[in-house]
Parts: sequence; C-alpha cells; structure tokens
Amino acid sequence: MTRTPTLTLPSIEAVEAALSAVGYIPTRAIATSIYLAGALEKPLLVEGPAGVGKTELARSIAEAIGRPLVRLQCHDGLDEARALYDWRYGKQLLYTQVLKEKIHDLLEGADTLEAALGRLDGFEDVFFSHAFLEPRPILRALEAPQGAVLLIDEVDKTSEEFEALLLEVLSDFQVTVPEIGTVTATVPPLVVLTSNALRELGDALKRRCLHLHIGFPDAAREAAIVRARVPGIGGALLDQLVGFVQAVRAERVRKLPSISETVDWARTLLLLHADHLSPELVRDTLGVLLKREADLAEIAEATPRLLREAARGS
Amino acid sequence: MESQLTGFIATLRMAGLRVSAAETIDAARAVALLGYDPRETLRAALRTTLAKGEAEAETHDRLFDLWFSSVSAGGAAGEEAPSEPPGPDAGPAEGPPREGEEAVVARFVALASGADRAGRALALEQAANAAGAGGIRFETQAGHFARRMLEQLGVEAVEARMMAHFAERTPDGEAAAGRLIAARTAMMAAARQVIQRRFEAAGRVATERFMDEVVEERPLDALSQADLARLQRLVARMARRLADRHGRRLRATRRGRLDVPATLKRAFRSDGIPFELRFRRRRRDRPRIVALCDVSGSVARHVRFLLLFLHALEAEVADLRLFAFSSHLEDVGAIVSAEAPEAAITTILRRLGMGATDYGRALEGLMGPHRAAIDRHTTVLVLGDGRSNHADPRLDLFAELAEGARRLVWLCPEPPSLWGTGDSVLPDYRVHCTRLDHVRTVRDLERALDELLAHY
Repeated sequence: MTRTPTLTLPSIEAVEAALSAVGYIPTRAIATSIYLAGALEKPLLVEGPAGVGKTELARSIAEAIGRPLVRLQCHDGLDEARALYDWRYGKQLLYTQVLKEKIHDLLEGADTLEAALGRLDGFEDVFFSHAFLEPRPILRALEAPQGAVLLIDEVDKTSEEFEALLLEVLSDFQVTVPEIGTVTATVPPLVVLTSNALRELGDALKRRCLHLHIGFPDAAREAAIVRARVPGIGGALLDQLVGFVQAVRAERVRKLPSISETVDWARTLLLLHADHLSPELVRDTLGVLLKREADLAEIAEATPRLLREAARGS
Repeated sequence: MESQLTGFIATLRMAGLRVSAAETIDAARAVALLGYDPRETLRAALRTTLAKGEAEAETHDRLFDLWFSSVSAGGAAGEEAPSEPPGPDAGPAEGPPREGEEAVVARFVALASGADRAGRALALEQAANAAGAGGIRFETQAGHFARRMLEQLGVEAVEARMMAHFAERTPDGEAAAGRLIAARTAMMAAARQVIQRRFEAAGRVATERFMDEVVEERPLDALSQADLARLQRLVARMARRLADRHGRRLRATRRGRLDVPATLKRAFRSDGIPFELRFRRRRRDRPRIVALCDVSGSVARHVRFLLLFLHALEAEVADLRLFAFSSHLEDVGAIVSAEAPEAAITTILRRLGMGATDYGRALEGLMGPHRAAIDRHTTVLVLGDGRSNHADPRLDLFAELAEGARRLVWLCPEPPSLWGTGDSVLPDYRVHCTRLDHVRTVRDLERALDELLAHY
C-alpha cells in the first residue's frame, strides 16, 4: 500500500514550476528546500527579515499542491489549548444534563454501592473521548485526510515551553492527548515554520528541521515576482520601479520595503496609468512603499538621486 | 563519493557547526535523491539539511566552495586514482612504498612537474586526508602536516634515492639529486598550500574557539590588555545568553496551584460540575537589580572586567541601577548606557577610580539618596573585595540594606582564604548576604549570575 506523499511534486523542477504557476517565483535554494522537506518528510524552518515572503511561501505551496493551509499564528502565551486541541466543554455539559436523567434508569436495581459502581465501571470514559475533542490548528493539520500544509508562523514569538510541545509534532507528526492516546497523522503534513529571529530558538527544535534562509530578492527575481503578480505592468515601468525599490533597500531606512509592498506599489502605479516613474509620481505614491514617517521624509528627499541610481543600475 | 560527504561534514563540525547524526542521514538521503550534480543544487540541498541559521549557512557555503572545488579539480583525472590499490594488500595506509621504489620516485617526480595539475591536486587532497590534515588546529602545525603528506606520497623513497645519487660523487649523480631536491621542494610548497586551505576551513575557527575557552577559564587578574577585546565579545555573548534564558521566561505566565474558589465559581455556570479548572497564575517579578561595583585600587585588576560586565548587563536587564564607588558612591547608569564600553570604563575610572575604598561611606551614599531604589523586589549585587581600609564598615547600614532587599549577592574576586585577612571585613558582611561567591573566571561569573536570575 502506498501512502499519500507529503508533497506530490516529484522533482525540484516540478516545485519550481508549480510555485511559479501560482505567482511565487522561487530561487533554486527555496525550491530545493521545499522539495527536500517533502521528500524527507521534515519540517522546514524559514528564517529571514520581515517582508521577504516567508508566510507567502507556505501559502503558495499549499495552493500549488491543492492542499488546505492550516495556519497557526504564534504569540506570547500561546498554549496547547489553542494550538493542539481543547475539550468541547459545552457539548460535555449538554451530555451531563442528559445523563443525569438516564443515570436513574441505569442504576435501577443495584442495591449496594458496590453494585452501582460496578455498573458505572462498565462504561468508557465518554467525556474525554474523540467525540469531545476540539481540534486546534496542529491537530487539524494532522487529521486532514488528504494532507495539509501546516504553517507555524513566527515561532520565535512563543515561549520555550511551547517549543517543547511542538517537538513531538515536528519529529513524529503526532500529538499525544493524555486522556485518549496518540493521534498520528494519516498523511504527514508539510510543515513550514517561520521565524524573524526575535530570539534564538532551542537546539532541539532546530535539529528537527531543515533550514532555509530567505533574503530580499535581487532585481531580476523581484521583477519576475512583480510581473507574475501584476501582469499588466509595462516593461519600462517595471525596470524603473524595481530599480528604485532596490535602491531604497540600500539606503538606511528603518523598515525596508517588503516584496508585497513592491507589488502593491506596482498595482497603484498601474491604476494611475503611469508608464514611467517621475519624481512627482514617486513622491505622491511613496506611502504605499514606506510606512514610517521618518523613512518617508528621507526617501522623498532622496528621490531624484535614487531614480538616477535606479536608471544606472538597470 | 559517500566519503566525500562524510569528509565534508567532518570539516563542518570542525568549523563549529553542530551536525547531528540525524542531520548526516538527512544529508545523505538528500544526496541520494538529488545526486552530486548540478553543483548549485547540491549546495542548496546540503545547506538546507546541515546548516542552522544564517551564520551557519554562510560558513557552510564558504566551506562548500573550498571542499568541492578542490575535489572537482581531481575530477577528470580519474575517480579511481592512486588512493587505494585494490587487491589483497589493502593493509594500513602504506600503499605507495610497496609499489617498488622505482615507480614511487617516478610518480613523485611526475607529480612535482605539475604537468597533470588535476592529478596532482587529487593526489595531494588524498594525501592530506590520509595524513589526517583535517585535524589541524594551529597554523604552526602546517609544516608537520605537509611533511606527513609528502610521506604519504613516498618522499622517503625519493630522499633515499637522493642520498644514493649524492653518494655516487659524479656530476651526473649530483644533477640527478638536484632534480629530486627541486621536485621535493615543489611538492612541499604545493602540500603547504593544501594544508593552509584546510586550516582556513577548519583550524582557524577551532583556534578562535580555543582562545575563547582560554580566556573564559583564565583568572580575571591574569587577563592582559590584549585579551580585553576578546573578553568584551565573550561578555556580550554571555549577557545575551543570560537574557535569552531568563528574559523570555518572565513573560510566560506559568500555571500555579489549583485555584479552588475560582474553580467553584466557574462550576456554577455548569450546574456545579467543575469542567473547567482554574489555576493560580504564578506571578513573576521582572528582575530588578541594583549593582554596586568597587572600583578602588585594591580591585584595580578586576575593575575593567567588572565594569565591562555591568555594561553588558545594562543592555540586557531592563531594570538595572548601577553604582560605582571607591571613597564615595555615584550613580553611573547614565555613563554606562550612553557610552561605548571602553569609553564608559575610562570615564568611570577617571571620576571615581583608584581611590582608597570606604565601604561605610559608600553605603551611606547608597542608603541616603538612593534608599528608594531598594525594595523587596530588588536584588542587590555587590562586586568587590570587602577591603575597607580600616574605616567604619557601617554594618548597621549593610544590615538595613540586606533587610530591605529581596536578595543580596556578593561576588568577590578574592579567594576565600584571604577573606578576613588584613583590612578585609568580608566575614562581617557575609552574615547578611544571601550568597557570597568567589568569582575567579568569566565562567564563574556566568554561573553566579545564572543562579541569581533563576530566582525570579
């Protein structure tokens, strides 16, 4: 019997093609890591600065292989009740009400306390069974019949205790519920963890993962991304725009423009029917690209110079 | 090719990457899936399986280029080249000399001529492996390893032949010997190059790490000015590590004991059935540290280090008050947070340093204007030797300080045998301290502070 594989793509080239088809332009390194994560059934830990498309990668791979994306957004104080599973208290409560009435019938004829206990013993522990289990993202991903892509986003924002909880999932694709037992994945999900390196992750976690570092794309790749996302954009504008964004990233700005901001900016310019960048146009639309007041002021001032640099670069 | 991978992983380990057995298996599986070509794919596959984090990825890429470029140089010249002569005599790695002296010398000279560059590169790499050159730790070992490489290639036979030629005492013989010497020199130079590259790959990192360890374990007063730069880096790393370990935990709320009243209250909603258990949240205080640092002449040798440490701590602990004292006490928090470590240390020493210590007056200076900084959440950290130049130690104030603070920890650079000798009043202070530790090395200090922060 062959099991459904974690990743249905048979080669690195297939990963590249599938990702490109949904508008994510991967580098060779990205495609290799994704392919290996699937082939070796290992979680993939993606690191890199904010805005390089780490989350987008997980979303795209889910779309590319047609599996649901189960996302677990990590934050301070995240615990197992919100990440793994919880009990359905309401349902348990309802059942107690019903059972209260039934219990008389059940114990009818049991004269002694021992006899009554004996009868109760014959029943399973209904309240803590699978029927009362509320699956949270991780359990949901494990139980997905066709497999899933499990995105554990910003894992560096959780506590060390939570990291320890993840270890079982990451190494064996299973969750142990004390009252029930171990739930093992039918199809191991493709697990993608992202981290902004807010804190050093534990060695145990790192050891269980493949690693991928994504940096900001070079001009060629960024142009390819924008072209994939904003198909209507003209070649001249595209070169100018990407050159400008690359020049901005080389400046000392506090928050570097992300890829999605580049895409947004391209969309904005397209809506404005621009066919090339002028200093005025840049100044008017810069708010799409940069969000910090101080960055905006600095870059607005440097716009003519940056445009010249961009023109020289492309 | 399998040994290629294990050799590469051994090099990575030597360069400081912690590659586990499981990761080695992953890498092997990845290579089995993808093959050794193209090079870019191999690099990406090995990076993703072996390197953790950006720094390691960089190291990996650097070593990958070194390792696989030198291997591919051999490529065409023959995969099955000289390494192991197949057959019954696969004994200890003494392949070459058995071939017969004549052949060995001829091959050596041929390699030295450099006509077959790829063949030479491959032979040298294999000789380096056989000579255990991956184990090189110090640059000074290069000569030794180069010699051992040449021995692998049969230099002893060449030398024997050389002597024989000299013994002929004919011009022809001398010319022949001269050619052999030239060949040996050329091979020696080539071998040294290979060794140097191996050292760059593995040894340099190991040397750095070794030096770090030396500095960490060296008594503080034996540290020289030259160690200071290294020390600064180590201390910063230590402070970071401490903050990583303790800072995070503070924010995580921990489950405490069962909260019976809250659980019962909750149970009313569900008809008295306690479905949802309520727990007390264990409250954690943020670390509040008041550090007092003796900067007088008697601890002059430790002062720089202590200040360096406070500087690092300042960056990591949110609520930290820093005081320095010798004859009087001053709040130096502003100086430390505003200036770079070296500059801050100089400023503090100029303003306060090298005077005669007066612990009594220092305590007056603290308990007077800064009394409010001490409350039951505060940990007071004293760094000093407790030598008060026979002035009144003001034990009453010290007792009050110990009483008011949550913990009082004294870290003393002097060994216990000197406590209480001469003008040391440490034993009198000791009774009020929660702990008194002798801190001799950087490692001691880290241990002491780890314990201190663990109490929050």
